Amino acid sequence: MPASIVRIRELVKEYRRGAEVVRVLDGLSLEIAAGDFVALMGPSGSGKSTLLNLIGGIDRPTSGEREVEGLRVDRLGDGALAHWRADHVGFVFQMYNLLPVLTAERNVELPLLLKNLPREQRARRVAAALQLVGLSDRARHRPRELSGGEQQRVGIARAIVTDPTLLLCDEPTGDLDRKSGDEILDLLQALNREYGKTIIMVTHDPHAAERAHRVIHLDKGLLREDPP
Amino acid sequence: MIGKYLPLLASSLRRKRLRTFFTIASIVIAFLLFGLAESMRYALQSGVDVAGADRLLTMHKVSFTQLLPASYENRIHAVDGVVDVTPQTWFGAWYQDDRNQVPAFPVKPEAFLRIYPEYVIPEDQKQAWLADRTGILIGRAIADLFQWKVGDAIPLNSSIWRKEDGSFTWDVTVRGIFDLPNGGDTRQIILHQDYFDEAKAQAKGLVGWYVVKVSDGSRVQAIAKQIDQLFANSPAETKTSSERAMAQSFVNQVGNVGKILGAIVTAVFFTMLLVTANTMAQSVRERTNEIGVLKTLGFTNGGVLGMVLAESVLVTVIGGALGLAAAWWLGVQFEPVFRQYLPGFRLPPDALIQGVAYMFALGVAAGAVPAAQAMRLRIVEALRRD
Repeated sequence: MPASIVRIRELVKEYRRGAEVVRVLDGLSLEIAAGDFVALMGPSGSGKSTLLNLIGGIDRPTSGEREVEGLRVDRLGDGALAHWRADHVGFVFQMYNLLPVLTAERNVELPLLLKNLPREQRARRVAAALQLVGLSDRARHRPRELSGGEQQRVGIARAIVTDPTLLLCDEPTGDLDRKSGDEILDLLQALNREYGKTIIMVTHDPHAAERAHRVIHLDKGLLREDPP
Repeated sequence: MIGKYLPLLASSLRRKRLRTFFTIASIVIAFLLFGLAESMRYALQSGVDVAGADRLLTMHKVSFTQLLPASYENRIHAVDGVVDVTPQTWFGAWYQDDRNQVPAFPVKPEAFLRIYPEYVIPEDQKQAWLADRTGILIGRAIADLFQWKVGDAIPLNSSIWRKEDGSFTWDVTVRGIFDLPNGGDTRQIILHQDYFDEAKAQAKGLVGWYVVKVSDGSRVQAIAKQIDQLFANSPAETKTSSERAMAQSFVNQVGNVGKILGAIVTAVFFTMLLVTANTMAQSVRERTNEIGVLKTLGFTNGGVLGMVLAESVLVTVIGGALGLAAAWWLGVQFEPVFRQYLPGFRLPPDALIQGVAYMFALGVAAGAVPAAQAMRLRIVEALRRD
């Protein structure tokens, strides 16, 4: 059995809504193996995206431990956490979240700006990422000139351009039609299968979840797992 | 290092092109005003800087337009501490067209050259000028302006002084061209006092004022007082002050305009600060989601702070550089027009340095609050906003 890449223990996340305290994650524990493709499902407000954000280090838990690739990310300060995200995690968003004023290649280049790489090397890596998602011919297009499926592929190219081990996808097909959604899922599957990326995907769509090796349901802050 | 972020910064400015254009245009105007005010200050101050500390000007107590008797020259010369004296008179010269006004002064040539050793003239030209009563000494700027050469006969007109033959045209010959390598106005024509006094039809035996050189610069006040006491209670009382004090007093009078202009520039800069800060605040607010994305990708809080500040500085540097370039260009274009009233009107190097410092200061000040807000943005909250 492959080693765990993500280890979560007794994770609690609470929000304050005025005087009321809302517990979104209620002492949740979870392990995800390296190279796995996990679908996180659950109704709205069940805490799927919150869990994804906590694993990716863009939010902090109320209590509990998070360990990714053997590193206790909950012990990192804001700066170190930002550097860690840049090196180890790729994010794919439902609404793509591309910068509208930048071309596809400039969007993909963004995470590389944080690396100490010469321009030629950045350009090579951007070209390779765009080729991998099948968008070499759309490199100079701005997001508004691309279809939803193409924009999401640019988003995936941006997520993988730094070659992270972990891909966190928050409803990556949620804004796409079935055909484009399938293409994105094919791509994610290929990244998992051929490049060994560990993927955690939040989805509402059972059809999308079928592509995953493992489906975890979240409800009222607690986990329930489908039998393999 | 920062170069790789430039496309990102530039793209932010392209987001709302019209807003960026108007913001930059306002900054251009602010720095243009600053540049013009500084050019004016420089022009006014340059006269003071080259004025001699050991030279006095003795004028009529009522006004410098009132004439003084030529006989005062010897009496002033006799005052203890006075080394040299020359009379000077405003000639009111123009050439070809009465709009081509030129400062011209009849003087005692030998004394004048001793009093103003900073005038650099080739020796042969100096001797030629001393030897020719109708000869004139012209500054380099005049020679360049009218393309006059040594030996040229010039019909110089006076708007004040008529000759005995009834003509206002004075025939003079260029005998020398002077330079002032250490600064000063070379738009001057120097004539012989003897020729002027003999040929003029009116006010014979009267001169405009006296330039007095003293042996000891520290005694100018005492000597000035002594000179004025000589002519106290006479029909033409005098007022003597140092050349530098006179220049400074002129600057102070005109300088009020500079102060008003300075106050306007300060107000404009302050307005610019608010306008640019508002632009940056709007820009950051509109990009809340994008800032969240950048932070998600690994941009640190400090990096985001730096990026917003850099964007703000980029706006003020572009606007400021264009404004100062426009001020410099206007100085060059209009120097011939202003030369008559404000010789030396141009953007001085220290104003350039000051301007660059203002650009950065304005950029940092305008971007500080929006940058701090962007830095403090929590990723999860930022990503929720569209």
